[in-house]
Amino acid sequence: MSSPVVKLVAQRIALGVLLLLAVSVLIFAGTQILPGDVAQAILGQSATQESLANLREQLGLNQPAYIRYFHWLGGVLTGDLGTAMSSGQDIATSIKERLWNTLFLAFWAAIVAIPLAITLGLIAVRYRNGWVDKLISGVALASTSFPEFFIGYLLVFYFAVQHQWFPAISTVYEGMSFGERLQAIVLPAAALTLVVLAHMMRMTRAAILNVMQSAYVETAELKGLSAFAVIRKHAFPNAIAPIINVVMLNLAYLVVGVVVVEVIFVYPGMGQYLVDHVTKRDVPVVQAVGLIFAAVYISLNIIADIAAIVANPRLRHPK
Amino acid sequence: MAGTKANSGKLLDIRNLRIEATVYPPGEAPRTITLVHDVSLTLEKGKVLGLIGESGAGKSTIGLSSMGYGRGGVRITGGEVILNGRDILKGGKEGLRRLRGREVCYVAQSAAAAFNPAHRLMDQVVEASLLHGTATRAEAEKRAIALFKKLSLPNPETIGQRFPHQVSGGQLQRVMTAMALCSEPDLIVFDEPTTALDVTTQIDVLSAIKDAIRDTHVAALYITHDLAVVAQVSDEIMVLRHGRLVEWGGTRQIIKEPRQEYTSALVSVHEIDHQEQQPGTAPMLSVKNVTAAYGGGHIKVLKNVSVDIFPGQTLAVVGESGSGKSTLARAITGLLPPEQGSVVFDGRTLANRLADRPKEDLRQLQMIYQMADVAMNPRQTVGTIIGRPLEFYFGMKGRERDKRVAELLDEIEMGKGFIDRYPAELSGGQKQRVCIARSLAAKPKLIICDEVTSALDPLVAHGILKLLLNLQQIEKVAYLFITHDLATVKSIADSIAVMYRGEVVRYGAKSKVLTPPFDAYTDLLLSSVPEMEIGWLEKAIKGRRMESAGN
Repeated sequence: MSSPVVKLVAQRIALGVLLLLAVSVLIFAGTQILPGDVAQAILGQSATQESLANLREQLGLNQPAYIRYFHWLGGVLTGDLGTAMSSGQDIATSIKERLWNTLFLAFWAAIVAIPLAITLGLIAVRYRNGWVDKLISGVALASTSFPEFFIGYLLVFYFAVQHQWFPAISTVYEGMSFGERLQAIVLPAAALTLVVLAHMMRMTRAAILNVMQSAYVETAELKGLSAFAVIRKHAFPNAIAPIINVVMLNLAYLVVGVVVVEVIFVYPGMGQYLVDHVTKRDVPVVQAVGLIFAAVYISLNIIADIAAIVANPRLRHPK
Repeated sequence: MAGTKANSGKLLDIRNLRIEATVYPPGEAPRTITLVHDVSLTLEKGKVLGLIGESGAGKSTIGLSSMGYGRGGVRITGGEVILNGRDILKGGKEGLRRLRGREVCYVAQSAAAAFNPAHRLMDQVVEASLLHGTATRAEAEKRAIALFKKLSLPNPETIGQRFPHQVSGGQLQRVMTAMALCSEPDLIVFDEPTTALDVTTQIDVLSAIKDAIRDTHVAALYITHDLAVVAQVSDEIMVLRHGRLVEWGGTRQIIKEPRQEYTSALVSVHEIDHQEQQPGTAPMLSVKNVTAAYGGGHIKVLKNVSVDIFPGQTLAVVGESGSGKSTLARAITGLLPPEQGSVVFDGRTLANRLADRPKEDLRQLQMIYQMADVAMNPRQTVGTIIGRPLEFYFGMKGRERDKRVAELLDEIEMGKGFIDRYPAELSGGQKQRVCIARSLAAKPKLIICDEVTSALDPLVAHGILKLLLNLQQIEKVAYLFITHDLATVKSIADSIAVMYRGEVVRYGAKSKVLTPPFDAYTDLLLSSVPEMEIGWLEKAIKGRRMESAGN
């Protein structure tokens, strides 16, 4: 009965894994092309040839690139992301907490942004071409057009400096209660919501308007359904696939694109961590973070594909 | 239940209805056009009124006005629509919502498009009843299943659990009728409910609809462009043209003694006198044992097909959708290279693949398509469109080319004024004429016509068929005429091939093919074509029952 769905889903997952492997090759190759190597970076410019050679031997850098790649990949698959050069700390341990923080922030931004965007999209369709529609589109577009650092500082100025309702710096640390954490991330979450809102809202509006031309929408109107019931019950289910796609793209952005917002609010997430180590030219950390970001991006897109497949009644219920 | 509200016999009374729309022509100021000019009609309870006319006559617009609905930007700007004793146009939006799906229900032309693909059929069938609170879910479902049975749908108990894509087009159309009947309305608007179906399916749906109307005593507005169809179900017929009433009378009077010239033209539209030509000695094109398949050979759509076309003659290929008619054209033109067999043209075998054929072979075989408007580049003028094959095949340029284009326009009975027009400025029939001129410009020996009149109104189609026959006389061109319409075949063919599931089941000269004894499928096909005769439907169905009973 559901065999085409199972087959398609399996295909997507297999493709995703393949893609992730290809990305890992790219990331590894990219860091190899850069001038100098880790040994040079550790010992500095004044290092002698002998000490460099010794360190390379020690770090396994004199082995061919593909062996080092598989060594690195094997480590990644067993949870060993290597050691940070700058601090000598285990990368996996330091990433774990920061990844958790980033996901925490992204989760709460998504919880607000997705229902809000879809509801606004539905309302915009209901009052299409009227002033409500134009107001929603205008405000959402404006909030996306402002750079996120501008929105961030605006929020800080108004809610933290003038009214002091929320902290300007969103530091979270171990031992904070859940409520304290929530209060700390209100402003960055709000900034992120404003950034991703318009894209999802406009896609919802466009996708639903697209199916509003269908004969079955007319059928629903001629049954006497109210305008909003027609949109919610008959148009929305058929517009779900493109909407999910955009929602997932924006979720991915919430995880991997938050660098600027994290820096503004001094939030200890992945973005901050990445920026810190890029400036220190800490290649193993950049590799690890890049791979994690790629994995997040690819898995969310797989989820979008799978959701679109499952949402299609033709695939769910074959003839 | 709603039927007890009004006591007089009149259910629907439309008075001086005026319907307008605003159009936005490119580069011009928006203007208001009138679609329906002061049309009045009345309909009694339990009666069926047929609305007939060509496209643009305003039939659907009038039909939908009984629900206070205007498609697109269409507005009802004048007149009264009195349903069950009250003017529904004065009831406001809420009033309209309460009557839609309760007092008046709608059956659309394409049920396949009118059902929501995301919901199960049963949920959609009972939706209106639940919305208006006229039944509980259990009651409505019971009623729906009874209606499925009445409309002779297979597995009436479980068909509601299916999704629209899991049910065939003819069955969907019946489910849609059940959906309209489920809320027990006083009036149903049928908007071309059988037009998109094959003839053999149409007859079943038509008879199911007719029985359902009779047994439930519902009144109906039956909209169609096919007079023979509407004659089977209607008590009265109203003929419309350009949004105006032409003639309104009893069904017998309209089809037997039409008073208006336009009505007579509609009644006699199918009759073209065409003398069958005898097949010559040597065929110009022979399709020899062609087998073709899609999906890398998995789905065989043509099975061992052999037909001949003689110079200057017409071979008509008839069959239902999915019978392989168009695939045959694709195999001949090389768009779908045959897996086995060959196509012989003028004594030599044509290359299987289009890409391997020399220009001369391409020139000799031209095509005309069903949808004329998508077969032309909307940004080219008529002159450019017709001139293109002249340049491509003959290298004609400048004045020489323009002269030939003007001649061709003359041949298709369109004056010189058309040479600088764009396709969007032409009517459907004119577009198809331009496509014909374009194919003639290549001076081909064979033109493949793929359902070229199916998208046109009967009178316009009639003109196109006459033109094609005239051109055949002048240019001595042969036609391979693909159609599902047997009336067209009778008018134009010299020989006929009947196709069924990828095979030619009957083939020969027209007179031979259309003379009994018939094989089972040809008989089914021929007996399914509606005839302009009251009581034809009952006779045809009875004939079939006898056959299926083994007589």
